[in-house]
Amino acid sequence: MSESISFFNTPSPAHLKGMKAWLLTHDHKRLALMYMWAVLFWFSLGMIIGLLVRTELMTQGKTIVGADVYNAMFTLHGVIMIFLFIIPAIPAIFGNFFLPIQIGADDVFFPRLNLFSWYLYMFGGLLAVISLVTGQGFADTGWTFYVPFSVTTERNVSLTVSAAFILGMSSMLTGLNFVTTVHRMRDKAMGWMQIPLFTWSLYATAWVQILATPVISITLVLVVFERVFSIGLFDPDKGGDPILYQHLFWMYSHPAVYIMILPGMGVISEIIPVFSRKAIFGYKAIAGSSMAIAIAGSLVWAHHMYTSGMSDVSVFIFSLLTFLVAIPSAVKVFSWVSTMYKGSIEMNPALLLSLMFIYLFTVGGLTGLVLGAAGTDIHVHDTYFVVAHFHFVMFGGTGFAFFAALHYWWPKMFGIMYDFKKAYVGAVCACVGFLFHYVPMFILGLQGMPRRYYDYLPQYESGNFSAGLGGYLMVFGVFLMFYNLFMSFKKRTPASVNPWGGTTLEWSVPSPPPMENFVEPPHVKDYPYDFSEIVAESQKVKGKE
Amino acid sequence: MGAHEEHHILSYGKLAAVLAGLLALTLVTIGVSYVDLGFWNVPVALTIASTKVTLVLLFFMHLKYEGKAITWSFIATIFFLAIMITFTFWDVAFR
Repeated sequence: MSESISFFNTPSPAHLKGMKAWLLTHDHKRLALMYMWAVLFWFSLGMIIGLLVRTELMTQGKTIVGADVYNAMFTLHGVIMIFLFIIPAIPAIFGNFFLPIQIGADDVFFPRLNLFSWYLYMFGGLLAVISLVTGQGFADTGWTFYVPFSVTTERNVSLTVSAAFILGMSSMLTGLNFVTTVHRMRDKAMGWMQIPLFTWSLYATAWVQILATPVISITLVLVVFERVFSIGLFDPDKGGDPILYQHLFWMYSHPAVYIMILPGMGVISEIIPVFSRKAIFGYKAIAGSSMAIAIAGSLVWAHHMYTSGMSDVSVFIFSLLTFLVAIPSAVKVFSWVSTMYKGSIEMNPALLLSLMFIYLFTVGGLTGLVLGAAGTDIHVHDTYFVVAHFHFVMFGGTGFAFFAALHYWWPKMFGIMYDFKKAYVGAVCACVGFLFHYVPMFILGLQGMPRRYYDYLPQYESGNFSAGLGGYLMVFGVFLMFYNLFMSFKKRTPASVNPWGGTTLEWSVPSPPPMENFVEPPHVKDYPYDFSEIVAESQKVKGKE
Repeated sequence: MGAHEEHHILSYGKLAAVLAGLLALTLVTIGVSYVDLGFWNVPVALTIASTKVTLVLLFFMHLKYEGKAITWSFIATIFFLAIMITFTFWDVAFR
């Protein structure tokens, strides 16, 4: 491969220098890194706030903060983690960086819109911070902003939901950019069945972002209107309907959990075949299941509302539909496991984190069926069982996929390798801590402990205490992984073009890639996961030894 | 950009005809609001509004002249909206 200058040394537009070369860039890779630093900041902050919430709950009564601060803290934890970390994390960082490269393009279709999305994201984050310190303080409603409380509380709900509104706009524009890029910028030789599965998952996600996000945006505006003008849309005294809010909220927010998990599944679909040195099992089924999850996931929102007082007919239909989503999710899990069967598996931190993902996501998915079945859900609704299920899917799922993506693509993004030993130790601590943190919550939930409460009965103390200890181990593990990755900037051990033996197009470009990504025209394979050349190469090397 | 795509510039005459149609339908909406049609009040108003929306989409927003991808994207959006409204009525209608 001929010598190339990395994108770090090539500003885009070319006349920009210094900070301006970053803040006004059109380059999808620079924007991806700008997102990365912002997302890592919010994630670290959200995690520390979460840990403080768990510390408060480690003992009965007041441990570190009072009830009012506690309410604002768990709302802040939810808002940060949902809107500022988990929704944008994988699409905005790895999607921005790798989607164009995986389809043989030099950038996204709308580079300036991409920059605008980043500014919206930053502005949304800034508004969230402003809402912390202005008015009556940060919202105390939980991240769901349920009426009537969100309309009546004196806290700064209007500003907080405005922040979520702007963050939604950022997410929607990124989705629009990705759909257009996949349709219009794809290499001419790349048919739909040659698109890498990560890009497939982003494509499916992008459709949900475009179609569902406007619903939450409008709903949040309605909350502000209710607070300012008292229209009565959700007020029964004025002919309104409080359950309408829940419908509107979950119409977006349930599909949103698929916005959160689908890109994570795409990451796993990339990592598993590479470290199994084997073509992915069921390529078409995985690509199809991404679209199936996107569609079926949009039909099940009211399973969050079984106890809200909605009609029994609705409960029955939404429960039935919920079980449908389990099918495409299971197709993916079985395909990943089947890919590993008889593969020549090479252990790597990215693979270990992917295996943790499969395990944690499966537990999360199966406990989701307990909640999807109307009968059992009535018993565990709004208990810690829901908290544990949600975190198994979202943190055990998307969170671990995010860590796996960081370890998988780090050498490509920065051209440097990291220390494997610390990465393994960090991953194991995070996973073991995770289990000690969330498994007690399943038990607490089944015992009847409600979520979001500041205090609890004495019989719940041991469960809460061990969950707190697990939390500390988990956070230590996560920060160790981050520390290890940051330390790679100090050691700067160079990474080769294809350190893992990947077959998708990003592994054919230099590490880090040049400004326009490809030094030579991309060579699109008939099948994106054809490892015959990689296996032949490694056998040749072994033969020489 | 694909070679099969062309820029369509609608003639002033055609645009004026669509505008006239929209204004006429607005007058019909106002006129109908003075007549009590009982149950049909809402369906008639929605039909007129939908016709106006269709005219705007087809001619002012060029949907009539766009490729399949744009048309299907639009149909997907309408389908999604229809699902949200009908599924909500499983609750409201059977409470």
